[in-house]
Amino acid sequence: MGIFLSLVNKEALHILRDRRTMLITLLMPLALLLLFGFAISTEVNNVRVVVALDGHSDQTREVIDQLRANEYLSFSGIVPATEAEAVIRRGDADAALVMRQDKGILERQIVVDAANPIVGRSAAAYLQGMMAGSADSPVLTTTLYNPQLKSAYNFVPGIMGMIFILICAIMTSVSIVSEKENGTMDLLLVSPVRPRSIIFGKLVPYFLLSCVILAIMLVVAYTLLEIPFSASVGLVIALSLLYIVLSLSVGLLVSALVDTQLSALIVSAVLFMLPVIMLSGMIFPIENMPVILQWLSSVIPARWYISAMRKLMIQQVGIAEILQEVAILAAMTALLLVAAVRKSNRKS
Amino acid sequence: MKNNEPVIAVRGLTKRFGDFTAVDGISFEVGRGEIFGFLGANGAGKTTAMRMLCGLSRPTAGEGVVAGCDIASDYEGIKRRIGYMSQRFSLYTCLTVTENLRLFATIYGLGSKEFSIRSAELYRWLGMEPMKDSLVGSLPVGWKQKLAFAAATIHRPEIVFLDEPTGGVDPVTRRKFWELIYKAASDGMTVFVTTHYLDEAEYCDRVSIMVDGRVKALDSPRNLKARYGAETMDEVFRIVAKEAQRTD
Repeated sequence: MGIFLSLVNKEALHILRDRRTMLITLLMPLALLLLFGFAISTEVNNVRVVVALDGHSDQTREVIDQLRANEYLSFSGIVPATEAEAVIRRGDADAALVMRQDKGILERQIVVDAANPIVGRSAAAYLQGMMAGSADSPVLTTTLYNPQLKSAYNFVPGIMGMIFILICAIMTSVSIVSEKENGTMDLLLVSPVRPRSIIFGKLVPYFLLSCVILAIMLVVAYTLLEIPFSASVGLVIALSLLYIVLSLSVGLLVSALVDTQLSALIVSAVLFMLPVIMLSGMIFPIENMPVILQWLSSVIPARWYISAMRKLMIQQVGIAEILQEVAILAAMTALLLVAAVRKSNRKS
Repeated sequence: MKNNEPVIAVRGLTKRFGDFTAVDGISFEVGRGEIFGFLGANGAGKTTAMRMLCGLSRPTAGEGVVAGCDIASDYEGIKRRIGYMSQRFSLYTCLTVTENLRLFATIYGLGSKEFSIRSAELYRWLGMEPMKDSLVGSLPVGWKQKLAFAAATIHRPEIVFLDEPTGGVDPVTRRKFWELIYKAASDGMTVFVTTHYLDEAEYCDRVSIMVDGRVKALDSPRNLKARYGAETMDEVFRIVAKEAQRTD
C-alpha cells in the first residue's frame, strides 16, 4: 500500500470504528428528510370557519355547502351575524364568514384570527379562493412544478445544503484538529509524508462518506418523497459533488485557523451552520428579508446551492438556467480551496 | 560504540520570531550512538531548537547537518533519516497495535516483507505479541509509551528524537523505558532526548542545558557535577538555570 492509500485507510478505519458517530451521520440525513417530508409542513389545514348570518337563502346555503366540501376548511357551525368576532375571540374558530342580505344583494365579509399570521393569511386566501370559484367567471389557477403544493419538495434541497456543511465542514475540521490536539499531526509532519498527502488523505475519506450520504438522500427523495425523477438527476449529482468539495474546503480552512476541537466545532456551527439555516432561503424566503440580510445571504454558498437544486429537482430545468449559481459556487470553491491549502501548508 | 563522525553538528543555530530570539546561536555536536540529553526550563527554547533539528522549522541563521543532511535546505532528507516520538506518546487510538506500526512503516517506506520481519522483532523485544491486535486506545500508558517508541524507530533511523518521552509515567515504567533507550543506542542509534526529570539526565552520555535560548552547559553528567561541585544533576541544573530571565 502506498503512503497516500495507507493514510486514507487509517482515516476510513477511524470513521468506521466510531460506530456512534457513523450511525448519527447516516441516520440524521434520513431522519431530517422524513421529518421535513412528512411531519413538518408549512401548509395550513383544518381552518375552523363559522358562518355568521341573520337568515338563510339559496346563496348562503350554496356557500355553506362549498365550505363543507373544502378539504382545507372545516365548517364549525352557524352563529348570529353580530357574534362573529366573539366566536373568534373565544378561540372557537379561526375565521368567520359573515353574510348579510342588503337590498337583495348578498354582502360577504371575511373575519380572520391573525394571532398566528400564517394561519390568518392562509384562511383569508382559502375563503377568498373558495368564493371566487363560485362567481360567474371563475379564475383558473395553474400551479406549476409542484401542483400539490407539497412543502417536502421545497425542503429537500435545503436539507441537503445543510447536511453537507454539517458532515464535510464540521466532521473534517474536528478530525483534523483532533490530530493536532493529540499530537499525531506532529508525527506526520516530521515524517517524509508530504503535507499535500496529509491534507488529501484527510479529505478523501470524508468525500467518499459524503457521496454515500448523497446517494441515500437522493434515493429517499426520489422514492419516498416522490420528487419526480427526470434527466436532471445527473446535474443534481454533479452540483452536489461541487458543493461537497466546497464544504470540505470550508472544513479544511476552519481546521487551519483553530487549535482545539471545541473551537472547530463552534466556528463551524456558528459561522456556517446557522447562516445556512437562517439565511440560505432553506426555511425563510430570501425575498422577504431586509435588503442588508439579502446581501449577506449572497455570500453563503448554501443559498446558491439550494436555489440551483430547487430549479433542478422541482422545476427540472436544464443547465442553462443554473449557470449563475454554478459559476458562483465554482468560484467560491476555488477561492476556499486555495485559501485552505495555503493556510494548512504554512509552516513556522 | 562511538566513532568520531558526528551525526548532528550545528553552528550558530538561531531562530527569531519577530523581535523575540527563541534560539540564540547554539552550537554543538552529537556523535553516533550517543544518548544526548537536552535540558532546559520551559521557554528556554528547547522545543524550537528540536523542531529545527527535525526539519519542521527553518533556522533564521546558522548552519547545521543532521544525519548527513543540511538543515537549512534538505529537510526532506532529514525526515527520512530520523524518528520522532512526541510528548504524549501519540498514536492513533482507534487503530490496533499492528495497524499503527504498519502505518508508520509504510510512511517510512518499508515494504510489507520488511514490515513483517521488523514488527515480529519489535513484538518479541517489547513483549507485545499478545496485544498486537488490541486497539491502542485500550492499552495502559506504559505500553503506549513502548509502542510509540517502536513506531518512531521501526525504520531504524540514524537518530531518534524523544520529546519528554517519560512525562506522566511512574518510576518503574520510566526505568524500563530507559532500558529500551540503552538498547537502541547500543545498536548504534543516536538518541536525542529532552526531559524534565533530572535523575534521567544522569543516564545520558552527555547533557546540554539551555537557558534563555543559549546552551549554558554541555558535558557528561560526571564532568558537569565536578565542575559545579554538585552532588546531583538536579543541583547542577539549579545552578546553571539560576540566571534565567525568561520564565513562563
